[in-house]
Amino acid sequence: MASMILQAEGLKRHFGGLKAVDGVDLALNAGEIHALIGPNGAGKTTLVSLLSGRQVPDAGTIRFDGADITRLPAHERVRRGIGYTFQITAIYAGLSVFDNLALAVQRGHPRDLSGAVTEAAARVGLEALLPQIAGTLSYGHQRLLEIGMGLALHPRLLILDEPTQGFAAGEIEGFMALVRGLVPATTVLLIEHNMDVVMALAERITVLDQGRVLASGLPAEIRANRAVQDAYLGGSHAGD
Amino acid sequence: MRALSLHLAVLALLLGLHFVLPAYHHANLARIMVLAVFAMGYNIAFGYTGLLSLGHALLLSAGMFGAGLLIQHFGLTAAPALLIGTLAGAAMAAVTGLLALRTTGVSLMIVTLMFAQAGYLTLLYFGAVTGGDEGFPVPAAGRVAFGLNLAAEGPRYLVALGLFAVALMGNLALVRSRFGRVMVAMRENEERSRMLGYNPFAVKLGLMALSGLYAGAAGAFYGVMFGYVGATFATIPYSILPLLYVLLGGAGVTLGPLLGAVLMFYLIDLASSHTTVQLAVTGGALLVLVLFAPKGILGSLRERGLASWLP
Repeated sequence: MASMILQAEGLKRHFGGLKAVDGVDLALNAGEIHALIGPNGAGKTTLVSLLSGRQVPDAGTIRFDGADITRLPAHERVRRGIGYTFQITAIYAGLSVFDNLALAVQRGHPRDLSGAVTEAAARVGLEALLPQIAGTLSYGHQRLLEIGMGLALHPRLLILDEPTQGFAAGEIEGFMALVRGLVPATTVLLIEHNMDVVMALAERITVLDQGRVLASGLPAEIRANRAVQDAYLGGSHAGD
Repeated sequence: MRALSLHLAVLALLLGLHFVLPAYHHANLARIMVLAVFAMGYNIAFGYTGLLSLGHALLLSAGMFGAGLLIQHFGLTAAPALLIGTLAGAAMAAVTGLLALRTTGVSLMIVTLMFAQAGYLTLLYFGAVTGGDEGFPVPAAGRVAFGLNLAAEGPRYLVALGLFAVALMGNLALVRSRFGRVMVAMRENEERSRMLGYNPFAVKLGLMALSGLYAGAAGAFYGVMFGYVGATFATIPYSILPLLYVLLGGAGVTLGPLLGAVLMFYLIDLASSHTTVQLAVTGGALLVLVLFAPKGILGSLRERGLASWLP
C-alpha cells in the first residue's frame, strides 16, 4: 500500500443553497497520477480551490504529508509543496517569459537564476521565447507557460486544472509525455475534460457529481461503472 | 549596463549643475531633489507595486515632524534627528499599512486618505507642541549635520544630491533584484503571485514601509534643510503632489519621479509668474498628459520601444 500524500475528509463548501462540495473524501497516493472528473458544475474546481487554499472549507479536514493544512493560507501550502496551475491562464501578461518563470524558479533560491530559468523553459519547450512578453504568446504557448510555472516550483503535489484546454492535438501528446515524466517524484492531481487524456494518464480516477464522490477507482472500474455512465449521459439519480 | 550608466550620468549632471546654476535655480533644484526622493518612495508603492495611496502626506510629515520635534523640544542635533525622522516615516507606513493594506483599489485610496487626514487633524489638535497651523522654524543649532551647515546654499545642495543619489541607486538596485521582480508581480497579478508561494500582504507591507522610509527621509531633510516644519505638509495637496510627479515623469520608471518633479515644479513656477490661476495650468497639463501619454513621459518612451531598457 503506497503512502498517502494528501488526504481530505468530509470537505464541504456551500454557496447559499448551492452545495458545490458536499462531503467529499479524497486520498492521493504519493507518486500517482490521479484524475478528477465529472460533469460541468460537479464541484471539481471548488474542490481543488479547497485543496490549494484559495477557498476555506465550511467543514472537513485536509492533511498534506501528515500535517493538517485545513486552515493554512494558499501561499503557505505552495511553500509546503502544493503547486497549482490555473484553469484560466493566469500568467503575468505584461512581463517577459523569463520574468514569469523566474518568479517561480527564484522560490528555490538558485544561485544561477538565468540558468535555472532556461532549464525551466526547456521543460515546456519555451526556451526560444524567453525575452518575449508573455501576453503576446499564442494561446497554446501561454498554457505551456502556465504549466511551466507550476513545474518550476518543483512541487510534491501538482494540481493541474484543465491543463489541455486549448491545446492542439499535437501539443497534447507532448503534454502527456511531460506529465508521465513527473511521477513518481511528483504526485499529480489532474482535473480534465478530455477523456482520452484521462484514460491514458490516470492511475486512479475519482468522479464527482453534484458535489459528491460518485465513484473512485482504477480507470477500468470507472469505465464500467453504471452510475458514472448515467451521470455523463445526463441520467437522473435524484434523491442520492 | 546602459541603465547604470544613465543613472550615473544623471547624478553627474546634477553635480555639475551645482557649479553653474544661478542662485535661484540652484535653490530650486535642491528643493526638487528632496521632493523627487518623496516621489521615488511614492513610485515604489504606486508605480512598481500598484498601491495607489492618497495618504503619503502623512508619511512625509511623520519624517518632518519626527525630526523637527526632536530638534525643537529635545535639542537633538541634525544627524540623529534626520535618522529618526526617516525611520518614523517607515514606522508610520508600516503601522497604517497593517490596516490599510487589508483593502485594495479605491478602498485603499480612501483608507490612506483618511489616515492622512487623521494625522493632519492630530497635528492641529496638539498645536501647543506641533505649532499647529503656523508650524515652527527649526532652530539654527539643529540644522548642522556632519559639520555642514544645512542652512547654507552650497552644503544644502550637496546634501540634497547625496540623499537623492542614495535613494536613486537604492531604487535601481531594488528594481533589478529578485525582490523587485516580486514587487512588480504584485502589481501585475496578485492571485498568481500567491499561488507561487508569495504572501501578498507581507510583500506589500514591506514595500509600503520602504515607501514610507523614502517619504520620511524626504520630510526630515526638507524640514531641516529649509528650516521650517508645519502642518501644511500633512495636507491633501502633499499627498497628490508625488502622484502628479510620478504620473508626469513615468510610473514604474526609476527616473520618472525626478523628471516629473523638475517639470511640474517649473510648470507651476512659470505659470504663477504669468497668471494667478496656476493650478488651472497644472490641471490642463495633466489633462494633456492623461490623454496623450498616460504612462508619463519616460513610461511612454519605454512602451514605444524607444527606451525599452529603462528600469
